[in-house]
Amino acid sequence: MSTLLEVNGVSVSFDGFRAINNLSFAIGLPELRAVIGPNGAGKTTFMDIVTGKTKPDEGIVRWAESAQSLLSMTEAKIARAGIGRKFQRPTVFEDQTVWDNLRVALSKPRGPFAAMFDRVTPEDRKRIDEIAGEIGLSGHLSRMAGILSHGQKQWLEIGMLLAQDPKLLLVDEPAAGMTTEERNHTADLLKRLAKSHAVVVVEHDMDFVRRLDCRVTVLHEGSVLSEGSLDHVMADERVIEVYLGR
Amino acid sequence: MGETIFTRNRSVPIFIGALALLAIGVTILSEAYGTGALSVSFTKVLGMTLCLCLAALAMDLVWGYCGILSLGHFAFFGLGGYVIGMWLMTARTEAVIRANLEGRPLPPTEVEVSEATALQIFSVVGAEDWPWMWAASDNLALSLVLILLVPGALALVFGWLAFRSRVTGVYLSILTQAMTLALSLYLFQNDTGLRGNNGLSGLQNIPGAEGIGQDRISIWFFWASALALGLAYLGAAWLVSGKFGNIVRGVRDDELRVRFLGYPVEVYKLVIFTLSAMICGVAGALYYPQAGIINPDEIAPIASIYLAVWVAIGGRGRLYGAVLGAALVSLLSTYFTSGRAPDVELGFYRIEWVDWWPVLLGLGFVLVTLFAPKGLAGLVDFVVRKDRT
Amino acid sequence: MIRSFVAAIAGALFLAVAAHKSEAQGPETGALQTILQENADLVANASRQTVQEVLDVLVASDLPEVPDFLATWNTRELYQRQSDGLFVYVEDPDADPLTLLDISTGEVVGTATSREVDQLRPNRGVQGVIAATLVQFRLTSDDPEDRLAALASIESDPEESHLALLRDLVETEEDGRVRRRAEALLPALVIAFADADEPRVEAIRSLAGNVSLSARATLNPLLSTQVRISEALPEGENIARELRPGTDALSREDAYAMLVEDGLATPLIPRRTRADTLAANIVDGAAGGVPVETLNTEEARDRAYATLVEAGQADPAPTEAEIDAALDAHVFYEVYREDSAAVTDAARATLDGIETRVAFYRFLDLSLDGLSLASIYFLAAIGLAITFGVMGVINMAHGEFIMLGAYTGYVVQSVVANETLSIAIAIPLAFAVTFAAGVAMERLVIRWLYHRPLETLLATFGISIALQQIIRLIFGALTQPLSPPDWLAGSVSLNDVVSISSIRIAIFLLGAVFFVLLWLILNRTRLGLEVRAVTQNPKMAASMGINPDRINMLTFGLGSGIAGIAGVAIGLFAQVVPDLGQNYIVQSFMTVVVGGVGNIFGTLVGAFMIGSLQKAIEFMNPSNTLAAQTYMILFVILFIQFRPRGIIALRGRAAGD
Repeated sequence: MSTLLEVNGVSVSFDGFRAINNLSFAIGLPELRAVIGPNGAGKTTFMDIVTGKTKPDEGIVRWAESAQSLLSMTEAKIARAGIGRKFQRPTVFEDQTVWDNLRVALSKPRGPFAAMFDRVTPEDRKRIDEIAGEIGLSGHLSRMAGILSHGQKQWLEIGMLLAQDPKLLLVDEPAAGMTTEERNHTADLLKRLAKSHAVVVVEHDMDFVRRLDCRVTVLHEGSVLSEGSLDHVMADERVIEVYLGR
Repeated sequence: MGETIFTRNRSVPIFIGALALLAIGVTILSEAYGTGALSVSFTKVLGMTLCLCLAALAMDLVWGYCGILSLGHFAFFGLGGYVIGMWLMTARTEAVIRANLEGRPLPPTEVEVSEATALQIFSVVGAEDWPWMWAASDNLALSLVLILLVPGALALVFGWLAFRSRVTGVYLSILTQAMTLALSLYLFQNDTGLRGNNGLSGLQNIPGAEGIGQDRISIWFFWASALALGLAYLGAAWLVSGKFGNIVRGVRDDELRVRFLGYPVEVYKLVIFTLSAMICGVAGALYYPQAGIINPDEIAPIASIYLAVWVAIGGRGRLYGAVLGAALVSLLSTYFTSGRAPDVELGFYRIEWVDWWPVLLGLGFVLVTLFAPKGLAGLVDFVVRKDRT
Repeated sequence: MIRSFVAAIAGALFLAVAAHKSEAQGPETGALQTILQENADLVANASRQTVQEVLDVLVASDLPEVPDFLATWNTRELYQRQSDGLFVYVEDPDADPLTLLDISTGEVVGTATSREVDQLRPNRGVQGVIAATLVQFRLTSDDPEDRLAALASIESDPEESHLALLRDLVETEEDGRVRRRAEALLPALVIAFADADEPRVEAIRSLAGNVSLSARATLNPLLSTQVRISEALPEGENIARELRPGTDALSREDAYAMLVEDGLATPLIPRRTRADTLAANIVDGAAGGVPVETLNTEEARDRAYATLVEAGQADPAPTEAEIDAALDAHVFYEVYREDSAAVTDAARATLDGIETRVAFYRFLDLSLDGLSLASIYFLAAIGLAITFGVMGVINMAHGEFIMLGAYTGYVVQSVVANETLSIAIAIPLAFAVTFAAGVAMERLVIRWLYHRPLETLLATFGISIALQQIIRLIFGALTQPLSPPDWLAGSVSLNDVVSISSIRIAIFLLGAVFFVLLWLILNRTRLGLEVRAVTQNPKMAASMGINPDRINMLTFGLGSGIAGIAGVAIGLFAQVVPDLGQNYIVQSFMTVVVGGVGNIFGTLVGAFMIGSLQKAIEFMNPSNTLAAQTYMILFVILFIQFRPRGIIALRGRAAGD
């Protein structure tokens, strides 16, 4: 297991509020990692920084594969380098079919002229069918994404992430709004993915995290509070204090 | 790809068919080639309407499909008109000058003709030299290329500046409005080389067609406008029905998602904005020879807002919607403001449509926005796609 | 005031005495008439040489009606009855028969047809002499107003004879106003008419630092020059500078044209002349041996013309070398029309000093202009700063609210004639009208579109054109008058360079008041707090007991009402027409965007920046306000590239995330 993403000493503040404070984080390939923390701990800002949406005031974000700093790259370029992101609120193209959603996400040249002259090859079809099977939407390919259930949208977004073929998946609250059954399915899917990808899951739901059965990083006030197995961090005095307010 | 257009865009064959029928019908009724039931001026109105439809189509591409509400698209339309206008005016004036110099003992030299032409064109603003932007005005081929390139270049520069700094939404709209205002103010000046508020005139006189009557010229331009609209419709349908269309609609609905999928959103916006500006340029270049005159007033911000309103009324995000909206509103406006509509006598008050039409139109915008946000095309959807709710 | 009153009384008494006198001498002939009859021939056939004689007698007579008589004579409105030689005025020179008036009393003395009287028409020379006497008369008048009037006439039409009069006046005058005026006038006359250099130079120096137009108008003619040509720079002339052909000061073409004009060089052959010459020499279908039909290029015509020149049938055109030689052989120089170098040097130095000061005052004036333009933009935009800036609603009908305010002012003024009172009524009324219009619009249209900003834009645009047209239907498309009160009509000027109209000062103050008021409302009141709460998080605000509907309605009404007041102010100096608002809408949006959405302080800064920038661009290219606007907009477009959120950037929902 080699390091894929390295975040070192990153800080960012908004109007004087320090959202991320000297945060360091690393993940290897393949690995599954859960990030937990109370509201305002900086989980989403952390993802914003890695994906280029927010530029930190200081610190290093390095993409190990090409030994490149991500800080000078645009969001699109970072995505093309192999980082996929699922948002907290499912964002899919509601006005387009599931099939179209997946097609747009497929890992192919991203330029406008390539898109104009893009043809759907048999391999593309096969890949879309595969992914649809994986996320349980095989029967819904021709439906509009907008009329899927909340859980299905979550899956579609994960499917789009898969189609994008990234090395690192940043998944923000994938289980929100799902039934227990759907959650279990999602957890299994993420675990399977983590066999060949680096996956970072941000989650509130401890049962879900437990089910992921992976290393856990606890964020608090913009820095890492504790790291280790779930049982290890839950036993950490400081974590208990933060969570239970003692 | 043709298969994709027709399967995914059922409106294409219907639209092309309807357009062809219209062209045939107008030809049959025209003065030049048919019964003469349609006057020359009405044929011109129809041709001009088709050009406005073309502009609306271009507008729909950027707004309906990509979510960029440009309130400056008439700048591109006007630029297309100015480019072709410069050629028309130069060629036409030169022909007249040559005819005038015919009786002289010596045959005129090129320099004499050029100087006399410039004097004739620019004396109205107190100038006599060719301004730099007229450099290509004596060359038809170059002018035709510039019809695409000039609006395209403006859109490219403006779009690059605006999109790269991620100006979006209403801010972008205000910025585009400022762009067209700046352009029209620039053109209003007498010393910028495009004859100030006099604009370019006499554009209906096509050089090389001196012996041909306006009856035939009007129908030719109608055909050309119909052809341009048809081709643009096909091209636009092809563009939006493929993956490019999916991405562009994605930009409209969720720009962030597209960006995190690795697509350079700014480049996509730039491509479609520039493309749309070029289509507008073509529309303007076909429109103004039929209108006969172009002046900076045409580019005033209000014209571009009207364009957006047509698209909104027709139904944005549907190619036929944009075309329908433009055709309907501009034809109705022509009807009501030309005094053709009978006044309504209420006994205590007489409703004169020329006066009341703008009020009706304005309130119509409000009602459509409030109660039919998808426009007329929304009604079509309602009828055609009842199967899905 | 008292002084002139006393003078008026004195004058009246004098008239009474005079009238009494004339009565004593008989009903028909006054003292003036008597003098005139004694010199009847000199008056009727006045010549430049002889008229002074009769003028001296008139001056010596000290009669009060003499000045009026001289003025009337001078303007050729004096008549002489042929029958008895009586000098008379006429009531109306176009009437027939003419009504004759006595020259002293103004009483009717009879009627006559135009053939029975002679109109006396003194020639220019005589008029000059009369005018000088008249000035002298007025300068020595007892009434200071008369003396001021005389000074004014000297200023507008100075003559050599005035110099001595003026010098005397400066010495003896006791009235402060008159003396100051005379002292101010004296240098100009000294400069123009004094014989020696010394007093002139001194007078020039006395103008140092004087930025008034008249001072500059006095000095500038001294420095006027004319271009001369000679073979070498002459000695003893007051040369301003040498001009070298081919420089900016004198182009090569112009220099050569001057040589040609003075007969110092052979003329160029313009294309037209060449063509005419060729046309005149066509023989057997060829000119200069070149067939006519091939003479359609410059090259062919040159060839043909050269042949004609060789054959002696045409004038040769100078070659480039000849032109250069001719130019080299001469010097071009500007010479002052004023001969004395001491005077021109002093004038140059003084004028340079003045120009520096003028430049400073110009800058000051420009800053005031910019400030006043900024306050107009601010007034127009401040309502938007609330509706668009704080609430995020794109109201394209904002301009129409301004227009409605202006029309409210017009309607009030057509009912209440007193301007001050009508404006005082119009301001709250305009607020009420546009507040109501704004609330109605918010309730009926905008509140359904809060989550669809682009559609708000279209719907409000629809309202904008409907409103415009309705106003046009009611009031017509023509400009309606809305006039400011008299105390706002003038302007405040520091000197001839810096002045600002009172109305602009009032608008500036109004803008300042608005700014303070709104700032207080938004930041220091419960309403402001609730507005900010609703715009930042309507749901949260609602759960805390704030009624977002009510707040949105009030806020929108407030923004619209302010637009109405701005409309009254703008209507006072702009034309009140139905599309008044269109002139302000784009600029207003730009002001808000440049300043930074979400706070009125940003709008203030934005207005200030746009206003001063536009004036600065106008300063660089003064002839063209259109160009200034164009460049200003381009600047705004570029500016937004670098500060997409404006000068004062805020974070939060309102900032457009």
